[in-house]
Amino acid sequence: MDIKKEEILHIAKLASLKIKEEEIEEYRKNLQDILEFANIINSVDTEYLEETNGTSTNINFLREDEVNNFKDTDQLMKNAPEQENNMFKIPKVIN
Amino acid sequence: MSREDYEAIIGLEVHAELSTKTKIFCSCETNFGGKPNTHVCPVCMAMPGALPVLNKKVVEYAVKAGLATNCEIAPYSKNDRKNYFYPDLPKSYQISQFDKPLCVGGKIEIETEHGTKQIGITRIHIEEDAGKLNHDDYGRNSLVDLNRAGVPLIEIVSEPDLRSSKEADTYLKKLKSILQYIEVSDCKMEEGSFRADVNVSVHKKGEAFGTRTEMKNMSSFRSITRAIDYGIQRQIDVVENGGKIEQDTLRWDEVEGRTYVMRSKEDAQDYRYFPEPDLGTIEVSDEWKEEIRKSLPEMPEQRKTRYIEEFKLPEYDSNIIVSSKYLSDFFEVATKVCNNPKSVSNWIMTDIIRVQNEEAVEKMPFSPEQLGQLIVLIDKGTISSSIAKKVFEELLKQPRNPEEIIKEKGWIQISDEGEIKEIVKKILEDNPGSITDYKAGKDRALGFLVGQAMKATKGKANPQLLNKLFLEELKK
Repeated sequence: MDIKKEEILHIAKLASLKIKEEEIEEYRKNLQDILEFANIINSVDTEYLEETNGTSTNINFLREDEVNNFKDTDQLMKNAPEQENNMFKIPKVIN
Repeated sequence: MSREDYEAIIGLEVHAELSTKTKIFCSCETNFGGKPNTHVCPVCMAMPGALPVLNKKVVEYAVKAGLATNCEIAPYSKNDRKNYFYPDLPKSYQISQFDKPLCVGGKIEIETEHGTKQIGITRIHIEEDAGKLNHDDYGRNSLVDLNRAGVPLIEIVSEPDLRSSKEADTYLKKLKSILQYIEVSDCKMEEGSFRADVNVSVHKKGEAFGTRTEMKNMSSFRSITRAIDYGIQRQIDVVENGGKIEQDTLRWDEVEGRTYVMRSKEDAQDYRYFPEPDLGTIEVSDEWKEEIRKSLPEMPEQRKTRYIEEFKLPEYDSNIIVSSKYLSDFFEVATKVCNNPKSVSNWIMTDIIRVQNEEAVEKMPFSPEQLGQLIVLIDKGTISSSIAKKVFEELLKQPRNPEEIIKEKGWIQISDEGEIKEIVKKILEDNPGSITDYKAGKDRALGFLVGQAMKATKGKANPQLLNKLFLEELKK
């Protein structure tokens, strides 16, 4: 399957990314490589396998509803490039 | 053509926050409000490598909602990633359910002007809520608070069975009351724990369904009704003027009372769903399902039947009382105290609903026990019903035991025959004209005399005794 220019533009739009005209070909090639790499898995014969719900074989791996708050939220906030009133300050994104 | 030549098709997607103590995939608390970014952890903040673990209670609550809306419960279901970019979604995907939801194929009944109508429930699935975006003072930046990120939601999708804003409103209120009865969500629209997106299309009667649009951003029952009416009229106008309805997502503007295009079909989200690799299969065995079914409380329909059959309440009153879990629980408790369901129902139907409307609140400041005690005082003849109204007002101002109120205010009814006889004699002396009137056949004069006696005793005289003694005196 070949990735087309339009698909690059569509994906960029979904991710709210601005890309330059001259970058499109580079992204297209990169994504094509990734797709082809991932496509190797399609060559595996799965005829004899049963359908699964996903990659995890866990069934009902569940947690009880008990509060255990994370102690070091300040540490988490250090990931914010900028903050205000203990909130992440980010450029406004308009959809 | 006029509006009557068209039919509208409405479907609703309801999101209700589940009232679990912790989030869906981590042990952070879910309480509303709180200082920003304090109920967060590496999982709900999407730190690399952090792994989600599903909350058992979320599965239970969703199954409960499914059973209460007559859904089939899937023996096996799973979670999927719904991929989209938005700053309130730290992982850039929402863990939801795609092709294998927990509950499918349910229905609920609503009362319409044309009788009882069944509204199909397509599915109920579990998913996580997003965070909250605030805007800074200059409008240049967004401020992200992730306290709500990861709070559990159920999404309840209806079949396109609704035909008017009135039906949609009735359906939503019914759904809300069911979720409150089974205690899986507090359904506070003002806090965003109960939200609805609306799909609307119109077509000429007898023709194929039209293209639908989706409306978002309605934050009250009233705005949902307004948005639906607006959406139907707008689509009819477009069609009447030879235009075509585009399959857009629209944002409702409550102030302007209109919608704006949020996304056109060309920009339709492409969510690229795939199975969530970090979570396993959810299995709801028959045993677990039955255990959850047993935990279901008496539902509004059952309560209504009991009110009509056991307590002989009118169907209309029963419907109104059971439509709200708060009122219905209030009724139950007050009735236990006074053993006079009819009287409790009357107080609810008149005074309590009046206060709810006037004050725009659901809950009374006083307890159902206190209303029950008030009714006991009336039934024992300790106070008259006019005094009872005053006690009720007092309960609203400063809730306390009604018996204390009447002692404190000196409102105990005068039921001593001798004492009342004195009052009656005095009133008759003062109003000889009324005696003449009464003897001339004017029955209204008796009412006037009783009124005067009530005024003289500040409403404390026993009205039955007053009537009786006035009649005795007048016949002399």
